[in-house]
Amino acid sequence: MTATATPPIRPPEVSDRAAAARRRKGRKFNPGTMLVAIVAWAVGLLFFFPVLWMFLTGFKQESQASTDPPTFFFTPTLDQYRAILDRDFMPYFLNSLTASVMSTVFVIILATPAAYALSIAKVPKWRDSLFFFISTRMMPAVASILPLYILAKNIGMLDNITMLSLIYTAMNLPIAVWMIRSFLLELPKEVLEAARVDGAKVITEMRRIILPMIAPGLAATALICFIFAWNEFFFAVSLTATEAATVPVFLVGFITSEGLFWARLSAASTIAVLPVILAGWVAQKWLVRGLSLGAVK
Amino acid sequence: MTVQAAPAVAAAPRRRPAPKRMTRGERWKRRAPLLPALVFAIVLTQLPFLFTLYYSVLDRNLLRPETGRFVWLENYGKVFTDELFRNAVFNTVKLTVSAVVLSMVLGIGLALLLDKQFFGRGIVRTLLITPFLVMPAAAALLWKTSMFNPVFGLLNWAIGLFGFESIDWVSQYPMLSIVLVLTWQWTPFMMLIVLAGLQSQSPEILEAARVDGASGWATFRRITLPHLRQFIELGILLGSIFIVQTFDPIFMITQGGPGQATTNLPYFIYQQAFRAFEVGEAAAAGVIVVAATIVIATFALRVISDLFKEET
Repeated sequence: MTATATPPIRPPEVSDRAAAARRRKGRKFNPGTMLVAIVAWAVGLLFFFPVLWMFLTGFKQESQASTDPPTFFFTPTLDQYRAILDRDFMPYFLNSLTASVMSTVFVIILATPAAYALSIAKVPKWRDSLFFFISTRMMPAVASILPLYILAKNIGMLDNITMLSLIYTAMNLPIAVWMIRSFLLELPKEVLEAARVDGAKVITEMRRIILPMIAPGLAATALICFIFAWNEFFFAVSLTATEAATVPVFLVGFITSEGLFWARLSAASTIAVLPVILAGWVAQKWLVRGLSLGAVK
Repeated sequence: MTVQAAPAVAAAPRRRPAPKRMTRGERWKRRAPLLPALVFAIVLTQLPFLFTLYYSVLDRNLLRPETGRFVWLENYGKVFTDELFRNAVFNTVKLTVSAVVLSMVLGIGLALLLDKQFFGRGIVRTLLITPFLVMPAAAALLWKTSMFNPVFGLLNWAIGLFGFESIDWVSQYPMLSIVLVLTWQWTPFMMLIVLAGLQSQSPEILEAARVDGASGWATFRRITLPHLRQFIELGILLGSIFIVQTFDPIFMITQGGPGQATTNLPYFIYQQAFRAFEVGEAAAAGVIVVAATIVIATFALRVISDLFKEET
């Protein structure tokens, strides 16, 4: 007691303990921590740099976009954004938005009751159903693209945004079921039992008690599904042409004019990636959970 | 039946009936919330695959309506003897293994860094996950134009600073270029999963190891690594399943070329179906891909199922 109270003459063991405490806390001037910080920041900036470069290039003139050495300092211009918006970009953007939002809504509507039946009021053989869902996500898209294409063609739904939304719904359904289930499993059992003793019907129980409690989880699931739908390219390029083409299909149009419109391509790409980057930054706490299908918290 | 069930419920109101005692009606009532999703998934994923199986035994070309004969396993024979197909298989393996291994190694390194406390950790984490969020099609075009371009590309400018000659990345090293883009996109994925593993370690055990005088390296090798194993396995398997399906960067950057140097299975099937309109052969190739995926997926399911057992 007295030893710790007098700082000048500390017994060796106490100073050891103090050093350990300092190491744990990670004070600013610890050289090891400093090194970690420098390396981490350097790698972080390196990984982020291509995205930053795309963002910057979108504000350049075409002549500044392809120079050797690269142009780092320039007067920003909005010309490229104006050109993009003039060049019928909006329909593609709206198609992407429609397909992503519509499929996300469908997914949540289908997946929430399913997750309930696989976690709280378990159906017989729930484990099999759970793994069935996930196995559908593991099946490569190439295996189902042909029949879907021929089917869409025969019923006149080729190049149709509803068709695309339905496919995205099927694509995201397993992720949503697994993820929502992992949130449902975290609900305190007492709350549900109390509701049941009070004689609440399943629908009431769902609406009044469960839904409000897992609302943040549903929002996170919706964000993850939105990200996957927004970024999807294979089905979009195979099943759409002009009417229902989404943003990534718009970007394909730049391949042919290689090298000529870098600044414009960068502006278009920036608009294309911005919604998802923002959504992902907001949802980063849940990102790993969605990516690992709810297995990793 | 309801009369019989009533006293049991009254006697133990808090206990739910065991599954075996459920009546048929009860079982269906429980299944009701599950059915819409189940039926939807079956209709949109399993039926198309059955059709793919069916197409794979037909000789069908979309451009020639008179085709459509039943040809048994001829398409499979054609596909297996097709040198382009074998090349695509080889490319897929090469691409997947290199991208998964590279992004996992980098991901582990970055996760170890981010597990430490330092100034601006949240910002660095946010910067690092960004490549994974970028639309793959946009990322591919970004790399193709701004990074790989032989004259104006930043990659050549960067290696020029160290005195290296300029390289025409996409034509000289097409596979490496694709792997680079994939690694850039998938490292954050691996990092997030490994980081979640690191942060789920119990601090008491680490503290105990430290008190017992274990060195940092010994602690890492003996305690952290075994704990991380299942997270690393999960990352590798999920990553493989997604990366096997790589399509966007190949379509955007190399179009499978030069020659067939970067044609992987998804791109091969896409060409067969939408360029040559050879439905039969494309379907047969698709079935083979699914068979291969099932092998990987079985392992993946086992790993997920292990994680999942711990949780319940």
